Amino acid sequence: MLKKTLLATVSLSMAALATQTYAAGTLDAVKSRGYVQCGVTSGVPGFSVPDDKGNWAGLDVDVCRAVAAATLGDASKVKYTPLTAKERFTALASGEIDMLSRVTTWTLSRDTQLGINFTGVNYYDGQGFLVKKDLGLKSVKDLDGATICVQSGTTTELNMADYFRTHGLQHTPVVFDTNEQAASSFDTGRCDAFTTDLSQAFGLRTRMQDPESVVALPEVISKEPLGPVVRQGDDQWFNIVKWSLNAMINAEELGVTSANVDEMKGSDNPNIKRLLGGESGLAKGMNISDDWGYQIVKQVGNYGEAYDRNVGKDSPQKITRGLNNLWNNGGIMYAPPIR
Amino acid sequence: MKYENQPTLPPPANTIGVIGWARKHLFHGPLSTLSTLLLAYLAVVLLGPLIQWAFIDANWVGDSREACTAGGACWVFIEQRLGQFLYGFYPGDQTWRLNLSFVLLLGLILWLAIPKLPAKTWVAGFTLLVYPFIAFLLLRGGLGLEPVETHKWGGLSLTLVLAVVGIVASLPLGILLALGRRSDMPIVRTLSVIYIEVWRGVPLITVLFMASVMLPLFLPEGVNFDKLLRALIGIALFQAAYMAEVVRGGLQAIPKGQYEAADALGLGYWQKMILIILPQALKLMIPALVNTIIDLFKDTSLVLIIGLFDLLSIVQAATNDPKWIGYATEGYVFVALTYWIFCFSMSRYSLYLEKRLHTGHGNRA
Repeated sequence: MLKKTLLATVSLSMAALATQTYAAGTLDAVKSRGYVQCGVTSGVPGFSVPDDKGNWAGLDVDVCRAVAAATLGDASKVKYTPLTAKERFTALASGEIDMLSRVTTWTLSRDTQLGINFTGVNYYDGQGFLVKKDLGLKSVKDLDGATICVQSGTTTELNMADYFRTHGLQHTPVVFDTNEQAASSFDTGRCDAFTTDLSQAFGLRTRMQDPESVVALPEVISKEPLGPVVRQGDDQWFNIVKWSLNAMINAEELGVTSANVDEMKGSDNPNIKRLLGGESGLAKGMNISDDWGYQIVKQVGNYGEAYDRNVGKDSPQKITRGLNNLWNNGGIMYAPPIR
Repeated sequence: MKYENQPTLPPPANTIGVIGWARKHLFHGPLSTLSTLLLAYLAVVLLGPLIQWAFIDANWVGDSREACTAGGACWVFIEQRLGQFLYGFYPGDQTWRLNLSFVLLLGLILWLAIPKLPAKTWVAGFTLLVYPFIAFLLLRGGLGLEPVETHKWGGLSLTLVLAVVGIVASLPLGILLALGRRSDMPIVRTLSVIYIEVWRGVPLITVLFMASVMLPLFLPEGVNFDKLLRALIGIALFQAAYMAEVVRGGLQAIPKGQYEAADALGLGYWQKMILIILPQALKLMIPALVNTIIDLFKDTSLVLIIGLFDLLSIVQAATNDPKWIGYATEGYVFVALTYWIFCFSMSRYSLYLEKRLHTGHGNRA
């Protein structure tokens, strides 16, 4: 009884604190501090990982850099705090970080119960299946009766069971403690297929004996929209993070890259002009400098550049754009216009 | 008739030298022969591929994964990342500060360890009272040294910081708690017992979680304790409970006569403890103490669950770098060897210390 009361008190005060701390003023704090505090993973390939010099790189890291470029004019003014999955929301709530960019799936319960806001989606992930190319499989439907390697105790395992049941297919799951074990068992022929979130599947594929012989089936059986997160209660900061990401996506749509941004600055296209700060007063509502969009594209690049560099064709994972392609290019990456 | 002693014959050829040794130790009867052959077979089967992988097929030089073509271990990965494994993200031109502080510590420990060197009391005092401040200044910066925030610390140096601070802070606290637990004063005794039992009753992982996840929520707005400091305090408080029990074991092994003799001499409580009991007890505690210290040294790797980059966790992060993906085995072998070297040296030193301090007291053989 006492334990329960204590627990209730603790969780109540946690919730209260979570919503009260830092109700406003994140931008002022960032400006006076001179850097953005950004929560990242302690190493997920392509999303946030430190290189041999200790510099962070990845798709999630690029969002942090974009926010720093927009607010401070310098993408390098970021302090990265590596966080585990369990710590991440507390670190945000307690003010240890200003924003969280850490392969975090946007779900209703997180968005509404934890005192946090998702600012958008910078990667549409989902659970998929890897198979050996020479089996000639075309779809998950062909996996009827197959043995499938999967990590135990995750939603991945449940998603797969649900999917196979609803489609009336048989399968034998072979469960492993970690994704790495599951992947290497698939590689050595223990299973016909291997399932996990696609972003990770492609990372694991690079470790296999012959990565080229392994392909992903077209079906994606779960929705895992990953995006940057901020604390509730500071709408100005929420807007800044949201539009920093939107600016990257819009820049790709408009064909503005870090290489051509300087000549694009003189462009007659009003959309490009507005993105690069040619029309003053647009950024007033965010209380940041008018050239914020220019700084983002110049220092970080557009979304497509960030994608190719970190997870796409110029990276070892070589994940195809798929859902993460622009809306007018076969994907669903769509940002509201800057005007 | 003349009697003459025949010269002593040499022992039979098959009882001396390599053959004799092998016969005596390896092929002594059918069971022994069988197990020797079995073990030799296993060694060849298991060690062969290992040596092949780690040495013969291994790649030693290069600057990227492209250099790893021989199919064996890719030590290039370790070589390229060694700086990071040792120093974390500490700025490259400042690593001399880490080196200096650890060399200084090693020097002081050696001074204390080598029996011939003089002025042990002064050196011990310096190590315990002055050195921590010097080390803190060197590591953290200040007084003209460029400040290096703790989130840039990492690798082996962070592991050593965690272990050394954990040991140095928990030992005195543990001694006090052990004395408290054996004290005649009811309040002191109860408090000590509660402290020890509470901290021993929770896993270190829980303590670290509390320190990193719960504590920040209870602090007032804007107050942010350094994450490393939180972890250090957690480790030290946790370890103190274990140290206390080790010390209590030592205290209880001292015969009652020693306590009574000290009382009869008219010594006060602290004089009795410091001059008579503790020196004897600490000597008896060495194996258990070193055990606890080795435990702590390895337990520091748990900080990876709160996102600190200790040796293990920085190697894990490096294996997630897209440039080096797939070389996790090499990384883990490196970590295991490093831990082993440290732990093995500690255990050898403790054996040496036990022998040197063995003065024939007590009822050990």
